[in-house]
Amino acid sequence: MRIQSVEELQTLHQNNQPLLALRRAEAYVGQERIIMVCGGTGCHSAQSKELKEALAEKIKEHNLEALVDVKATGCFGFCAEGPIIRVFPDDVFYVKVTPEDAEDIIVEHMKGGKPVERLLFTEPSINEKVPTMHDISFYKKQLRIALRNCGIIDPEEIDEYIAAEGYLALAKVFGMEPEAVTKLMTDSGLRGRGGAGFPTGMKWEATRRAAGDQKYIICNADEGDPGAFMDRSLLEGDPHSIIEAMAIAGYAIGADTGYVYIRAEYPLAIERLEIAIKQARERGLLGENILGSGFNFDVLIKYGAGAFVCGEETALMRSIEGMRGEPFNKTVFPSERGLWGKPTSTNNVETFANVPIIVNKGADWYNSIGTATSKGTKVFALGGKVSNVGLVEVPMGTTLRELVYDIGGGIPNDRALKAVQTGGPSGGCIPTEFLDTPIDYESLQSIGSMMGSGGMIVLDEDDCMVNIAKFYLEFTCEESCGKCTPCRIGTTRLLEMLEKITSGKGTLEDLDKLQELSEVVIDSSLCGLGKTAPNPIVSTIKYFRDEYEAHIVDQTCPAHVCKDLLQIVITDKCIGCTKCSRVCPVDAIEGSVKQLHVIDQETCIKCEACISACPVNAIIMQ
Amino acid sequence: MSCNCSQGSENKELFNELGEFISSLPEQNESSLIQVLHRAQHIFGYLPREVQTYVAQKLNIPVARVYGVVSFYSYFTDTPRGEYVVQVCMGTGCFVKGSGKVLEAFEKSLNLKSGETSDDLKFTLSGVRCVGACGLAPVVIINEKVYGHVQSEDVESIIENHLVETLS
Ligand SMILES: Cc1cc2nc3c(=O)[nH]c(=O)nc-3n(C[C@H](O)[C@H](O)[C@H](O)COP(=O)(O)O)c2cc1C
Ligand code: SF4
Ligand code: SF4
Ligand code: FES
Repeated sequence: MRIQSVEELQTLHQNNQPLLALRRAEAYVGQERIIMVCGGTGCHSAQSKELKEALAEKIKEHNLEALVDVKATGCFGFCAEGPIIRVFPDDVFYVKVTPEDAEDIIVEHMKGGKPVERLLFTEPSINEKVPTMHDISFYKKQLRIALRNCGIIDPEEIDEYIAAEGYLALAKVFGMEPEAVTKLMTDSGLRGRGGAGFPTGMKWEATRRAAGDQKYIICNADEGDPGAFMDRSLLEGDPHSIIEAMAIAGYAIGADTGYVYIRAEYPLAIERLEIAIKQARERGLLGENILGSGFNFDVLIKYGAGAFVCGEETALMRSIEGMRGEPFNKTVFPSERGLWGKPTSTNNVETFANVPIIVNKGADWYNSIGTATSKGTKVFALGGKVSNVGLVEVPMGTTLRELVYDIGGGIPNDRALKAVQTGGPSGGCIPTEFLDTPIDYESLQSIGSMMGSGGMIVLDEDDCMVNIAKFYLEFTCEESCGKCTPCRIGTTRLLEMLEKITSGKGTLEDLDKLQELSEVVIDSSLCGLGKTAPNPIVSTIKYFRDEYEAHIVDQTCPAHVCKDLLQIVITDKCIGCTKCSRVCPVDAIEGSVKQLHVIDQETCIKCEACISACPVNAIIMQ
Repeated sequence: MSCNCSQGSENKELFNELGEFISSLPEQNESSLIQVLHRAQHIFGYLPREVQTYVAQKLNIPVARVYGVVSFYSYFTDTPRGEYVVQVCMGTGCFVKGSGKVLEAFEKSLNLKSGETSDDLKFTLSGVRCVGACGLAPVVIINEKVYGHVQSEDVESIIENHLVETLS
């Protein structure tokens, strides 16, 4: 079981090739097939497990076990269309598959050789069925580097990972000086994907140089941005690549232990990671004297417990130590004094996912992708008011327009795009005039937002920007650890002012105060949470000031969201059926049979019961 | 909730289970605290005072330290939870797709506010952060089962179906 040397690993890599043969053979015409079922959280929640079981059962029932195999794989990214399956070698892509479809897939496709037409994806722009994955517009502009193995290999089988060049990068660095490894990262231009975009090679080099026998590697899998699931999908779909990358980092800086700090809310990712660590230990790819190199390294899992601030690296270290996750002042960098006072290097999951392929393909290959300052690709969790909600990976420099329209398929229900929110609670809202901005760290910052970890929420005309700012402030206010006053009190006051405005009690003076206080909180908070918490306010006031003014001056919410500023009214579509007055809990509706009904605004509690009761949609909120 | 004496023996078993877990750890000190609390919450369903005291003794740290950690992390709770825990995702993806209304509908239907547990310990209702299934937004999770694309109109039937399904 244990792989003793680099040569043995290379032999195993060769010997394992048949495992992936079907998935790579484009011209294969035989009868063998493999069905890959998405096992990511999105699809998993939508019954992909039952689907896989149903397929396996049908394969048995039709005596196809020798010819057809079914396996789980990582996220395909097209989550809105899940559960998804992909059939190799004919490369057929099925969407919204249910366990009931298993029979047809096995009989028509596996036996009959013809894809099941109704399960293919219909491309909305041309209204035609598209059989293969790479012909779907959602995938055309994507470049999957970090996600390279998601949707291809079975994350629970280390042999498949090894067949896909797994652990070869680790073997390769054993032939290099640690310093050459950190230089390779610097040359590749890889920057941290956890938010701040700090150059990875520089961080590794600083930690390598720090004095000390004991050093640590941390993988930050806290993924605090609500509405983001890149790291989760990577850990679920390709856990070995993260383990391998942590070992590479460990070798480069001289650490023998790595911690993965992961949210307890991610049970499936934890399970896959545990399986992967166990397998890697059994094969001797973690543990002592890895591949006979003399290098020792092990990976341990630490669970988070639902505190956003613990994604901040110093708070995270406190939390691993078993304490309250309060950030500490970085007068001394963690590369000098981090976890338990020892030199520590922390990277995000996606940052790590890029490491093995950079080692294998070289720095020049990697830095040829992307823009002048931002190299490689970025994974985004595209969500909100966009047709194709899912996980996308694009080269840096792709524009927001390409993301929202070409990949995301535009805005559903004929609504108009209003803004794109990036960077989660630390980021900002980008209005449509910047749709052609190429996405990289610097350009997003220059327009008042930030890359963040990759959450990207599309907002349409039905979203109230004041309310969105309030949503994020509720989040940061609740998540402030309370250690420093500007953040603790500041976010509370900011939230109160926003609440005042959305309830129609705001004044123009409040608007100025919001901006002033935002600046104070940004300037004087201790950690990144407080320093960025006002960003959603600053950017929405900058680009959507008119919406704030409408709430304050005109006492209306243009997007019809803020209830306190709306009235429920009955239009002249009313046929006088009396249904509404019968459901009203407070008897606010007056009117007799066949007469236009009227709502007494003083009495109405805006419960909306009448809206759904009205058979002719005569009641509206305005 | 203090010790319910009719459950005394059962309680003892639970404490034994936790004690065994703690003994199995490589280190019985503060660095294992969060891990131990996770297990304790898994065993007891929540973290009542006596469990926190027990953990403090076993790890040789002040009870106040344990309490400080329990109160800091939202995942830990020192009040009992209902048999059915209804979690409405309030992550951004779900929020912009109307999860606020879904939460309101649950509040109305279960007659609970977000964060509350019913007196008969049947239901707990809470809003949670992104569960990573944004493709299905708005998402509701009842115990382990995930419901996707939930609209406020669906709430009544989800509760009913869930009860029927889990009882049968
Ligand atoms: C409030 C706050 C929350 C953060 N949350 C995360 C997170 O969930 N995941 C993450 O990787 N980085 C997060 N970060 C950034 C980390 O502090 C750190 O910069 C990052 O993990 C470093 O890895 P990288 O260089 O690979 O990006 C957060 C920062 C702040 C201030
Ligand atoms: S800025 Fe906020 S989260 Fe950060 S240390 Fe201060 S109070 Fe805590
Ligand atoms: S919204 Fe509710 S309270 Fe107001 S009129 Fe309609 S039913 Fe009555
Ligand atoms: S925001 Fe609800 S699942 Fe992501």
